[in-house]
Amino acid sequence: MKIRAQIAMVLNLDKCIGCHTCSVTCKNVWTSRDGVEYAWFNNVETKPGIGYPNDWENQEKWKGGWIRRPDGRLAPRQGGKSKLLSNIFMNPDLPEIDDYYEPFTFDYAHLQTAGLSQAAPTARPRSVLTGRRMDKIVGGPNWEEILGGEFSKRSRDQNFEAIEKEIYGQFENTFMMYLPRLCEHCLNPACVAACPSGSIYKREEDGIVLIDQDKCRGWRMCVSACPYKKIYYNWESGKAEKCIFCFPRIEAGQPTVCSETCVGRIRYLGVMLYDADRIGEAAAAPDEGRLYQSQLDIFLDPGDPEVIARARQDGVPDAWLDAARLSPVYKMAIDWKIAFPLHPEYRTLPMVWYVPPLSPIQARAEAGQLGTNGLIPDVSSLRIPVRYLANLLTAGEEAPVRLALERLLAMRAYMRARHVDGVEAADVLDQVGLDRARVEDMYRILAIANYEDRFVIPTTHREYAENAFDLKSSCGFSFGNGCSGGANDVDLFGKSKHRHGVRKPPEVA
Amino acid sequence: MAGFLNQAVFGIYPYIALAVFLVGSLIRFDRDQYGWRSGSSQLLRRRLMRVGSNCFHIGILAILGGHFVGLLTPHELYTALGLTVEVKQLMAMGIGGVFGVLCLIGMTLLIYRRLTDPRIRATSSPMDIAILLILCVQLCLGLSSIIVSAHHRDGAEMLKLALWAQHMVTFQGDAAGLIADVDPIFKLHIALGLTIFLLFPFSRLVHIWSMPVGYVARPYQLVRRRGGASARFRS
Repeated sequence: MKIRAQIAMVLNLDKCIGCHTCSVTCKNVWTSRDGVEYAWFNNVETKPGIGYPNDWENQEKWKGGWIRRPDGRLAPRQGGKSKLLSNIFMNPDLPEIDDYYEPFTFDYAHLQTAGLSQAAPTARPRSVLTGRRMDKIVGGPNWEEILGGEFSKRSRDQNFEAIEKEIYGQFENTFMMYLPRLCEHCLNPACVAACPSGSIYKREEDGIVLIDQDKCRGWRMCVSACPYKKIYYNWESGKAEKCIFCFPRIEAGQPTVCSETCVGRIRYLGVMLYDADRIGEAAAAPDEGRLYQSQLDIFLDPGDPEVIARARQDGVPDAWLDAARLSPVYKMAIDWKIAFPLHPEYRTLPMVWYVPPLSPIQARAEAGQLGTNGLIPDVSSLRIPVRYLANLLTAGEEAPVRLALERLLAMRAYMRARHVDGVEAADVLDQVGLDRARVEDMYRILAIANYEDRFVIPTTHREYAENAFDLKSSCGFSFGNGCSGGANDVDLFGKSKHRHGVRKPPEVA
Repeated sequence: MAGFLNQAVFGIYPYIALAVFLVGSLIRFDRDQYGWRSGSSQLLRRRLMRVGSNCFHIGILAILGGHFVGLLTPHELYTALGLTVEVKQLMAMGIGGVFGVLCLIGMTLLIYRRLTDPRIRATSSPMDIAILLILCVQLCLGLSSIIVSAHHRDGAEMLKLALWAQHMVTFQGDAAGLIADVDPIFKLHIALGLTIFLLFPFSRLVHIWSMPVGYVARPYQLVRRRGGASARFRS
């Protein structure tokens, strides 16, 4: 046994309002730079839909994640080491920028400089890549916002597997949900495995997966290896970039920017303890449907004295063990079993988990046909098919998702009975295997969602590894090259390509 | 005058070019790792890359290897293996020719793509374009030298070139004189080749140094501990 700690995240989809504040604040902080205009470390998708980049969940097409070989060993789906090296001159599984979208801006200056004319001047789109006018913008980071576009295209969503999807194209049966996505900071990351330069690594102390910008050579194998398509190739710097889980903030005990700014307060950050020696075994579970459970199995109970003793021995600081006992992530994932990993069938053991959304009861409820189990409505009559959520979160296993939805409904029923009717509906809790203390805790964390309950982040003990005195006046966060900003007007080595397109004065015609 | 020029280009210039190549690479690796990259543009345009990039790279790597082995292996080693000069030259012409044509096909596609595709053109640095064109000229010179060689089947010219290279790398002062009378095509090819070495540290060619051969032996997962590999933060 080798115990490691990781800061994991849970997103409560039941409360996501699809406002994109997370995406925008993330973009403003991390990717408002040349070469990554098209890249969104955090994006919010409307489901069902093919998402961003196009059809990212289709691993037959993109070859992301791992596959279990007949001999039981795991191999990256895009191929083992020699196959990968043979593709190094041209990666056949790499998306083109059009699979994301061609980054664009608008001729805003024209609005101010246009001469007198009969019609009001317009700001026409211009490609950031070429500087040329674009006739039509054909894609964006959130092209399917609130079910935008025709159903025939959106219905290519992989999560419709084993669902008679045609009926959901009809207006009265339509359903939707939001899915905010970021790097999963996996326990068994496929990107790390695919990097020929060895520039991607997982940090031992907090589990954050980072790309060493100095070591990356731009072989771009990680982009195709990541099944979540959350590694982006910076076409300006020629390096791969990804969500860094706002590590400078996490180290200081602060939540990530996306979590901090979440208007719906749907994001939770907390410590998870896991057995690093069992990662391989958990990721290689023979049956895909078992993967959710096998990942649960390698998490360790932070209240168990044996675990605590062993964790101390393995170098996990006491502050982290204290935080692990208060971890909202542990409660949701392990204790209440209401949070699930996104697509466990990719076998990367993702560490950003999701509470499935409840949804309105279908129209037949109004006709008095609603099935209920006591006070709890039957989850099968929820508008979003349980099977759809199961395909998204548990590799198709419906029972865990069903239980989670029932627990969420039971919590509502119980608290409603208490506050509105003034009765203790204990039988509701028995029905879903919860007790009073648990449901009150759930209510506090899910419904009240105070800041200190959502984010239990111990500070990193940098002083154990570094001499803080030496860090004085150093450059802090940088893109490598020591303290150089990477931009230099007189550059002997031709690093900064000269800028084009958008910086030119716009054409008037 | 001709003698001086010969000595300057084939006796002194090679040392300048190789010194810049080695020291320049070292300095750049030390100072500018963030700019050290292959510079792939596949993300922006996939078209023509499968054939273009693969043919170009396979061709040019084979040619590079061929030059290295062909020029620097002492001739005595070949004779000991029972390889005559004539056969060796034929092999060089044949193998070099095949990979040269392969490389030329790929290079043509890549140049076409780089110059005509608006996305690639707009995001290319002058050095990206220059290095591609220089490599193309160099390849054409190399391929046309096969025709010259076809007129000297005895391999004597090739021996002179190999001897020049070997004297060069072993610091024997007489190297330039050895190739004073070879065909101008060879001379141009060598001069331009040395120039490529000179430009190497200033271009994307540095990614050749980073050929990821170590990947094969590495475990899939990498975990770093602060204060370990990231000790560079300790200013």
